[in-house]
Amino acid sequence: MINMKNKTYIEDIERTLYDIKNVDRSVYKTHAGLTEEVVRDISKKKNDPAWMLDFRLKSLEVYNNLNLPTWGPDISRLNMDEIVTYVKPDAKLVGSWDEVPEDIKNTFDRLGIPNAEKQSLAGVGAQYDSEVVYHSIQKRLTDQGVVYTDMETALVEHEDIVREYFMTLVPPKDHKFAALHGAVWSGGSFVYVPAGVDVKIPLQSYFRLNAAGAGQFEHTLIVVEKGASLHFIEGCSAPKYNVTNLHAGCVELFVGEGARLRYSTIENWSRNMMNLNTKRALVEKDGLIEWVSGSFGSAVSCLYPCSVLHGEGAKCEFTGVTFASKGQNLDTGASVIHVAPHTSANINTRTISKSGGAATYRSAVKVTKAAHHAKCSVNCESLMLDDESRSDTLPVMDIEAPEADIGHEAKIGRISEDAIFYLMARGIDEQEARAMIVRGFVEPIAKELPLEYAVEMNNLITIELEGAN
Amino acid sequence: MLEIQSLHAGVEDKEIIHGIDLKVAAGEIHVILGPNGSGKSTLMNVIMGHPKYKIMSGSMTFDGEDLASLATFERARKGLFLSFQTPEEIPGITVENMLRAAKQAVTGQTVKILQFRKQLQAMMQELKIDPSYATRYMNVGFSGGEKKRNEILQLLMLQPKLALLDETDSGLDVDAVQIVSNGVAKFHSAENACIIITHNTQILKALKVDRVHILLNGKIVSEGGNELIEEVTNNGYAKFGGGVLND
Repeated sequence: MINMKNKTYIEDIERTLYDIKNVDRSVYKTHAGLTEEVVRDISKKKNDPAWMLDFRLKSLEVYNNLNLPTWGPDISRLNMDEIVTYVKPDAKLVGSWDEVPEDIKNTFDRLGIPNAEKQSLAGVGAQYDSEVVYHSIQKRLTDQGVVYTDMETALVEHEDIVREYFMTLVPPKDHKFAALHGAVWSGGSFVYVPAGVDVKIPLQSYFRLNAAGAGQFEHTLIVVEKGASLHFIEGCSAPKYNVTNLHAGCVELFVGEGARLRYSTIENWSRNMMNLNTKRALVEKDGLIEWVSGSFGSAVSCLYPCSVLHGEGAKCEFTGVTFASKGQNLDTGASVIHVAPHTSANINTRTISKSGGAATYRSAVKVTKAAHHAKCSVNCESLMLDDESRSDTLPVMDIEAPEADIGHEAKIGRISEDAIFYLMARGIDEQEARAMIVRGFVEPIAKELPLEYAVEMNNLITIELEGAN
Repeated sequence: MLEIQSLHAGVEDKEIIHGIDLKVAAGEIHVILGPNGSGKSTLMNVIMGHPKYKIMSGSMTFDGEDLASLATFERARKGLFLSFQTPEEIPGITVENMLRAAKQAVTGQTVKILQFRKQLQAMMQELKIDPSYATRYMNVGFSGGEKKRNEILQLLMLQPKLALLDETDSGLDVDAVQIVSNGVAKFHSAENACIIITHNTQILKALKVDRVHILLNGKIVSEGGNELIEEVTNNGYAKFGGGVLND
């Protein structure tokens, strides 16, 4: 069964499931590249109101005037002239899986979405390429005034709310890919939870990019009003192609006074994906944002969810895990901006790198003068599984308030040979000893993940034995 | 049970153990005394198969089987157990989960969770370990004494044939030594054996020691009964050609 003499290693994530490609049956695609013509074309196809077309065109202008960031992983392989920014699938938005075209439905079946919907979710959104093809929400929630729909529907039915919030937290001028998003965004989720409503069962949106050489630019806008609470789960994946795909989504979360929002994301893009995503939360007085963030896929990721602690006593809990393997450069972390007194934040991350993968933990904590008695604690730990992998930790802190309580702990290391010996001295074989140590390393994070993703992560840390040369 | 013949071993090219013979039979308790640096821990690690240590020559067999050809976990499965001088901290793995995995590994059988938990709790109570420690991560944040008691807990739960106790009593107060000593006494039977490395005669009081070996500069320089413990306690190793007792 197991040949103990062989060298052991931690297996990559099992990708077979994610790599099943469907024939591209899209009914419409824009030209590759980014021009005013393309942006107008997208806007027209989506029946945007005039102000949105205007917004897109202004974003394009910003995009053209901004340079690429001068820090972070190399993204020079991304050529916007080759990216198709809008791919309309051959499917309408429906509320029943039976009405979803079979190949698309099968895709989401394999990803376990309809099943999860039956068992543990109060609402589901499923996006395929550039458009949302399925949406549901329990009537119980709509009766309480909860809105969960795709952004396009929201733009029609809740235009006032969208217009009030859309890209105000992440303005297009923020960085080049935020501007790109503003110009070509399509799909995504809109959630509105009225004051005092406690959404007890999570909502989940899943984003699937099937078309080769395409980009996905979904926009997620969540407003949780005073005293309300919500758990939102987001999953994403794509099959592997030998051309570059781009994901430049944008997530804006508005957490009202005393409200709670838990936002869990498991990103499992294929290794040809450039994942340049922007996520930000604005938290009012005594509100709480909880981020749970898993980054496993993509060629390059730049992802640093940001929490603006805007009201007194606002809180942020950030829990993140990143696993970088061969050919991956995953630059992840978090940022927190304390702008009110007695705000607090806890950042807790684990990164693993193996087989030449590079993982960087990058964080920025800013405490302004107004944020007296702010508290922030950062704990980031990295584990390198071999000598060819790389791990970096780049925490930045800018503290202006004199009475802030700031703590930081960083560890970078390898699996301890003495720990392996200890476990082996108890009868546990070397392969299992390594797996136990790696599982133990991510355990504080794993227990925060939604169950099905925790199982997925455990599978990721199953160990295989390499053949004798 | 254990038979060591003309063992030479060390780290990389440096030989630390210069020809040791040792025979341990079922039902016996052996004590190895020696000053720091005499090679006691090296011997324990070599018997258990720590990858850092190398056998230069000589042989070790356990129940007639050559130990050198077995990986550490295979030695553990044959019935060897090492109580570590400095137990490792393993974050993220609870005492209960690790011990259950270990129990399954050494017995080759599925261990039922509830039954195991009951056993574990009873044993913890006996060793005066707070039951909540079962759900704490292995040795993380444990005091020195708690780590040592946790080693004895593992000994009692895993029931090996031969227990190697590497200074399990060092750094413990009198009460804790008593607990550890009682634990070893509880473990010991006619079917198993112990090799105890210690500086403290306290732990030996509750135990019937069969053989004492004085280890000096990588060699056994004297062997005998309890009288050797007394000699070392009173006069150190001067009589054997070493300095005073060096703890």
